[in-house]
Amino acid sequence: MDNLALLSFGSQGWGDELLKGLCITLLLAFLALPIGLIIGTGVAGLSVSSSRFGRAFATFYTTLLRGLPELLTLFIIYHGLGLLLNQLIKWLNPDIKYVEFSPFAAGIIALALVFSSYAAEVIRGAWQAMDKGQKEAGIALSMNRWLIFWFIERPQIVRLALPGLGNLWINLLKDTALVSVIALDDLMRAANIAVGATKKPFLFYLSVCLVYWLICILCERVLFKMETRLNRGISAGK
Amino acid sequence: MLDVLTRFAPMLADGALITLKITLLSVSMAALLALPLSLMRIQESRFLRWPVQLIISFFRGTPLIAQLFLLYYGSGQFRPFLMEMGLWGFFRDPVNCAILTFTMNSMAYQTEILRGALQSVDKRSVEAGKAMGMPMNLLYRHIVLPLAYRTAFPALGNEVILMLKGGAVASVITVMDLMGQTRRVFSQSFDINVYLVAAAMYLIIAIVFVSIWRLFERYLNRHQSHRVIRRKPITNRTALN
Repeated sequence: MDNLALLSFGSQGWGDELLKGLCITLLLAFLALPIGLIIGTGVAGLSVSSSRFGRAFATFYTTLLRGLPELLTLFIIYHGLGLLLNQLIKWLNPDIKYVEFSPFAAGIIALALVFSSYAAEVIRGAWQAMDKGQKEAGIALSMNRWLIFWFIERPQIVRLALPGLGNLWINLLKDTALVSVIALDDLMRAANIAVGATKKPFLFYLSVCLVYWLICILCERVLFKMETRLNRGISAGK
Repeated sequence: MLDVLTRFAPMLADGALITLKITLLSVSMAALLALPLSLMRIQESRFLRWPVQLIISFFRGTPLIAQLFLLYYGSGQFRPFLMEMGLWGFFRDPVNCAILTFTMNSMAYQTEILRGALQSVDKRSVEAGKAMGMPMNLLYRHIVLPLAYRTAFPALGNEVILMLKGGAVASVITVMDLMGQTRRVFSQSFDINVYLVAAAMYLIIAIVFVSIWRLFERYLNRHQSHRVIRRKPITNRTALN
């Protein structure tokens, strides 16, 4: 019962602190997702384009970001971008003192970049798996490339890429735990603080693990529903 | 940039060695554990299947860093008990905890990969073996497992790369791997180039590993690397039909 009291809400327990951390975790993931998707789609577009430079850049981008540890990417963004920003500010106005780069912004940027590099590969795969005739039909109807992308390619890419993107979304959720290292008060760090105060590491880390696990299982369920819905027009027998 | 390299290269190289050691050790131990687990996972019996499914789901559904904290710091809560068992010496060392956590984590992913590969083995190959009167162990040793490992090979390579990258979180529990050394050097010098050098080292390790893995893959699939013989197109196909 003692353990339950520690996890309860209110002034005695750590439940509300953990819940606040969970909100930050979810906020990070939900903000990084659209940014990552947009960048990822852009990079995927480059990798299927006819421009040799575009393709080379896309390969470089995805290889680099998928080859680096997420933690290292996070540190490079947090410290590197912070230093760069400070140099820029100093150059514009020498009187301003050192400005701390927001760990929240660094977290979102790093998570979005990592997500985009993996998403680019998934989306490229979906893009290339599509029948060429679809695009040709669009051209025959004298649609321009944006119309073709939006009305013909996009809906099919979503269907083909959803299983892969779903996995990436779950990875993104799990990767948010890394931002606790740069002192951002997410779920993981809330647990760290609670452990520091109560000296009950197993209890808190286990509860945090269970929360992440629950969210992941929930997401898997929702993604499964979405996949079934998106595939409703496709015959199940295949 | 060069200045940084010459000053910190020995430390980073030490770190890289530890990273390699931890990665290879945990991935290979996980490979040994994944085989029996994946065989359990494909059984009909629920009592064999469900525990494995539960383990896989847990390790794939929680962040690696949370698992690491749970084992390394969480074991501290059971210190008297662990001391009594004589296990405290093991759990006190962060490197051991990192290796144990990564082994369990990698085991879950590898089991899932192997399960997919085992289930994708063509039923007819198994039937052929049975028709030859092969007993179960022979069937698995000579037909099912070689085919499954061949299918699983690229995915297992990806898993090793993921472990190499994921292993960077060990630096958070004070393991002096490549990431740990990098963070220490950065905290002493505030030189952002250190991170870039570390990034290059991680990339080089990954690229070298991928090349070696490709060679192995080609070796495993050498029976398929025959030249494609182009025949003249059959012109009177409609007549034949």
